[in-house]
Amino acid sequence: MLYIRCCLDPIPPRYREARVNFDLSDEQRHIRDVVRDFAQAEIAPAAAHYDETGEFPYPLVAGMARLGLFALPFPEEIGGAGGDFISYCLAMEEIARADASCAITLEAAVSLGISPIVRFGSREQQQRWLAPLMAGQQLWAFGLTEPDAGSDAAATQTRAVRDGDHWVINGRKAFITNAGTDISAGVTITAITGSQNGHKEISTIAVEQGTPGYSQAPKYRKLGWHASDTRELIFEDCRVPVGNLIGAVGEGLTQFLQILEGGRVAIAALSVGVAQACLDASLAHSAARRQFGVPIATFQATQFKLADMGTQIELARLMTWRAAAAIDAGKSAAPWASMAKLHASEVATACANQAVQIHGGMGFMEESPVARLYRDVKINEIGEGTSEVQRILIARHLLRPYEVLEADRGN
Amino acid sequence: MKVVVCVKQIPDPNTTGQLDPTTHLLKREGVEVVLDPGDEFGVEAGLQLVEAQGGEVTVVSMGPERGVDAVRKALAMGAAKGVLISDDALRGSDALTTARVLAAAIRREGFDLVITATESTDGYTGVVPQMIAELLDVPAVTFAKTLEVDGTTLKVKRQTEAGFDLVESALPAVVSVTAGVNEPRYPSLKGIMGAKSKPLDRLTPGDLGLDGAGGGTAGQGITGVEPAPQRAAGSIVKDDGEGYKLIADFLAEKKVI
Repeated sequence: MLYIRCCLDPIPPRYREARVNFDLSDEQRHIRDVVRDFAQAEIAPAAAHYDETGEFPYPLVAGMARLGLFALPFPEEIGGAGGDFISYCLAMEEIARADASCAITLEAAVSLGISPIVRFGSREQQQRWLAPLMAGQQLWAFGLTEPDAGSDAAATQTRAVRDGDHWVINGRKAFITNAGTDISAGVTITAITGSQNGHKEISTIAVEQGTPGYSQAPKYRKLGWHASDTRELIFEDCRVPVGNLIGAVGEGLTQFLQILEGGRVAIAALSVGVAQACLDASLAHSAARRQFGVPIATFQATQFKLADMGTQIELARLMTWRAAAAIDAGKSAAPWASMAKLHASEVATACANQAVQIHGGMGFMEESPVARLYRDVKINEIGEGTSEVQRILIARHLLRPYEVLEADRGN
Repeated sequence: MKVVVCVKQIPDPNTTGQLDPTTHLLKREGVEVVLDPGDEFGVEAGLQLVEAQGGEVTVVSMGPERGVDAVRKALAMGAAKGVLISDDALRGSDALTTARVLAAAIRREGFDLVITATESTDGYTGVVPQMIAELLDVPAVTFAKTLEVDGTTLKVKRQTEAGFDLVESALPAVVSVTAGVNEPRYPSLKGIMGAKSKPLDRLTPGDLGLDGAGGGTAGQGITGVEPAPQRAAGSIVKDDGEGYKLIADFLAEKKVI
C-alpha cells in the first residue's frame, strides 16, 4: 500500500513540510466561507419546504448559479472560474451541509453533466453547449445506468445505430438526475454502437432536450433527495446528428470510468457535508435538551457518540481532500477516490443514525431536520458506484502486485 | 466616477469579544475575523453606483496585515483596487488618527465620493466618517438609507428618528450608509479567484507622509477599563387578567407611551 509507506518512511522534515500541508489556501478558505454563508442563509431555511413538496428548487439553483458554482472547477479558457478540485469539494460540502438535494443537483450538473463535455467534447461541442451550463442557466444530465445495467455498467443495452448522418438511439436509462427540469438542456448517454473482436463497443452520445424520440418519465418517488430531479429516460428511434458523438467511437467505457472517478470524490465531499450537518444538529440539540435536570450533552453516552461522529467526519474529510489533491495534481485519484467515497458515505449514514438517536423521539418526527438527513443519506452508499463496487476496486488495487486476479494475469 | 469605500476587518461579531488585560485593546489574535458586516453595504452601494454610471470602486482599510482578507473580500465582490495601511504604531488608534490615515490614503487615490458605514461593529465610535470629510474638506452626509448620484449631485434619504430627510450635496462628498441600504451581494467564486490579481497597495503611514505628530501614533492611550454595571434583574409579573395594566403603567412611567 504505497500511500501508507509514504507516511511511515523517514522523510527529511523540510520535504515532508512541503508535500503534506493541511492548511487551505486563502482562496480556498474564501470560497468555502462564501459558499457557507450563502448555503446557510439561502439554502438551509428553504430545504424543508422543497423536501416536503418535492418541487425543484429553481430559486436556489439560480442562487448557486449567481455565485458561479457551476463553473467553479473548470479552466478560465473555456469559461470556467479556474478553481481547483479541492475548492469544488469544499463548496460541495457546504451546500450538502445545508441541503443534500441541492448538492446532488450541483454535483450531477458539474461532475456528470458539464465535465464529460469539457474533457471529451470537441471545441465545437464545447462552444455549442458549455456557456449556459457553466452559468447555471441550464442543466445537462449523464445517462449511464439502465434498468438492467447498474453496477454492471458495461451491460448497457441502449443501442445507437448509424443511419447516414445520424445516430438512431433506442433504449432506456434509469435513475438519471437533472434530465427533466424546466432548465434541462440535454443528456450525455452511453450506448452500444457496434462490436469489436466480440466485445461490445460502447460510445458516448449527446442528446439535446426536445429531440424527437427522447422523453422523460415522471419523477420517481424517492426515499430521500426529494428536491432533486430523478427520472427514467426513454429513447425511441431518437435521431441525433453524428456530430453529437462525444470523443471517438468505442471510448464510452474509459470515458465514464474517468468521469466517475471525479464524481466519487464529489460524492465523498457531499457525504462529509451531510455528516457534518448531522453533527451540527446533534451538538446543538444535546446542549439544549435537558433530561434528569441536565443537558444530555453532559452524559458520556452522548459525548461518545459526538466524539465518534467528529472523528469519523474529520477522517472522511481528509480522505476527500487527499483524493481531490491527486486530481489537482493531474494524477489518477484511484484508489483514493473509491476509499474516500466508500468511507465518507458510510460515515454519513452512521452519523445520521446517531443524530436521530441523540434527538430521540423528536428525531423521528418530520419537523426535525435530522429526519430529512436520515432519509437523504443512504443513497450516498449507492449512487456513482455502490460501497460494494468501491470495495472491489480498492481490493483490486491492493492485490495488483500479487497478480492473483484474472485482470492482472491475463492482459 | 471614482468611489472610495472604507472597510474594516473586525472580530467575528457572532463571537464574544475579549479585551487584553494589559493594553485594554480588543483581542484580535486567535479569533475569527471578518469584513465588518456594516461595511458590506458600503461596498455594495459603491458597486451599484459604478455599475450604473461607470467608474471604479477602490477600498481603503487601516488595520493589521490580516486585514488584507477584508480588502480581498471587497475585491471579490467587484471592487477594482485595494489599499491597506498597516503599522504596529497604529495599534489601538483613536478615531482621529484613524480618520487622518484614511483621509490621507483617500486623497492619494483621488475620489468623487467616499462611502463608509455609519460606525464600525467593534469600536462603535461613529465619528470617523465626519472626521474624514472634515480632513478632506468636503461635505459629510450621514445615515443614508438610500443614495443616488445625479451628475455631480449626491441625493440621499437621511434616516432620522421620525422618518427621513431628503439631503442633496455637491460632489465630492463623504456619505455614511446605514445597514439595509441595499442587499450586499455574495462575492462570486470567479471574483474570489480574480481578486488575487487585482492591484492591492500595502502602505505605512510614512508612505502617506504621516510620520509627524499625531500621524504615526495611536493618538490615545487607554488607562483603565471598567466592566459595564450588571443589569438589574427584571421583575416577573404574574398575569391574572390585569397584567396589561401593569405593563401600560410601566411604559407610561418610562414615558414610552
